[in-house]
Amino acid sequence: MPVTNPQAVIRGERLAVTRALTQVENNSREGYKLLEELFPHTGRAHLIGVTGAPGTGKSTLVNQLAYAYRHSVEGNSPPRIAVVAVDPTSPFSGGALLGDRVRMVDLAGDPGVFVRSMASRGSLGGLAGTTAGLVQVFDAAGFEIIIIETVGAGQAEVDIASLAHTTIVVEAPGLGDDIQTIKAGILEIADILVVNKSDKPGADHTLRALRNMLALAHPLPEDVQHHGTLSTAAPADIEPETGWTPPVLATTATTGEGFQELIAAIEEHRDYLKSAGEWQIREEKRLKNELEVLLRDALRAHWEEKIAPETYQETLGKVIRRQITPWRAVDILLEGARL
Amino acid sequence: MVNPQKKIRVLIAKAGLDGHDRGAKVVARALRDAGMEVIYTGLRQTPEMIAEAALQEDVQVVGLSILSGAHMTLVPKVVDLLQNAGMENVKLFLGGIIPDEDKPELEKLGVTGIYGPGTSTQNIIEDIQKACQ
Ligand SMILES: Nc1nc2c(ncn2[C@@H]2O[C@H](COP(=O)(O)OP(=O)(O)O)[C@@H](O)[C@H]2O)c(=O)[nH]1
Ligand SMILES: [Mg+2]
Repeated sequence: MPVTNPQAVIRGERLAVTRALTQVENNSREGYKLLEELFPHTGRAHLIGVTGAPGTGKSTLVNQLAYAYRHSVEGNSPPRIAVVAVDPTSPFSGGALLGDRVRMVDLAGDPGVFVRSMASRGSLGGLAGTTAGLVQVFDAAGFEIIIIETVGAGQAEVDIASLAHTTIVVEAPGLGDDIQTIKAGILEIADILVVNKSDKPGADHTLRALRNMLALAHPLPEDVQHHGTLSTAAPADIEPETGWTPPVLATTATTGEGFQELIAAIEEHRDYLKSAGEWQIREEKRLKNELEVLLRDALRAHWEEKIAPETYQETLGKVIRRQITPWRAVDILLEGARL
Repeated sequence: MVNPQKKIRVLIAKAGLDGHDRGAKVVARALRDAGMEVIYTGLRQTPEMIAEAALQEDVQVVGLSILSGAHMTLVPKVVDLLQNAGMENVKLFLGGIIPDEDKPELEKLGVTGIYGPGTSTQNIIEDIQKACQ
């Protein structure tokens, strides 16, 4: 593939942007070189993660959210928006069916929007690694808002949450909305909770269940205050106050109901991050994460280059025959590679 | 960066106003099962939408399903728009009911493969793999 001109990416030329995305996604040497050039131009975009179970309406919501940003933000020119829609790679064939665009037809023809589908690929760099790379291309190309859609499933969800400034967790009524079945852990990653499909029966119930859960996890100042007049007198078993209580919003992504409120909540969260110094903290955490993922992969790749396949097979055989422990095997394999 | 990964990326689009996309979905799944990354865009895609999606997804292949009989107006538009976008290297494959007398003209426009109803998906897979070498 010919080398992509980084200046053309920075100018936001769409052909250059799309080629850069491919080179970065393919983990190619060209992609790596490009990121070197683009990196100084990144760090400006607001990264919004959208996660939740399959079928909750994430793609439809991303469509409405981007559309609302493009058409109803008052004042200056609307922000340019990039979408990265991630779907799983089939572990059997290595192929993927990426269908999120089907729900994003309202964004077609808008030169201020760029939608890119991405398969998780189970690549060395991990989901976080590749997604972070694509996000950097979009960031350098001047997209002010970058929305990342991922299926909420275990590690992928957590990875994306650590990548985004603002993480939106999407729930829908009828997908098991008892407190017990709402996935543990979403409260830790959600900056904003959305009950989508609020046109459907049971939406009230889901809203209430989530609000109750939140009230337990984030006690309101009034709840704490009767223990003492000073807010610092909060009991030790209560989570340190982060200053942000995730709002629970209702949307109907098919009609656009609730999206002005959603945008308002996203902007409020951004303002909160900036005013509380949290924005900087998240940026630092994100870059540290990125560095660690890259380092881990580089070390592993370096080790793979150095280790003789026979040594690996032989050591593995010993573990399987229970002649040595896996811990001892690791020692042998690290020594054997002479890093 | 020692592990370059390349995948064949294919856009599957249903152009024209007629109603269903069963055939297009069958092909999309077969291509996925052959290890390709398939971007599925759904029904009623205009040539503009198809070219824009091909650019944004940086695909090597566009598979167009046209059942409405409008292929002689839709295909030249798609070819033109792809070219304008700088995506002239994209291989175009066509599925639908295409009369034999239209085929030479379509091939002249640069269509790589034309498939009627009942084509085995294995054929399509092999043709795409060959075209992407
Ligand atoms: N009734 C209703 N259906 C919705 C709403 N949002 C999305 N859907 C439908 O839910 C299905 C799954 O939507 P999709 O956006 O693909 O979900 P995803 O898998 O989370 O990305 C589609 O048929 C949508 O039309 C909504 O607010 N109300
Ligand atoms: Mg989706």
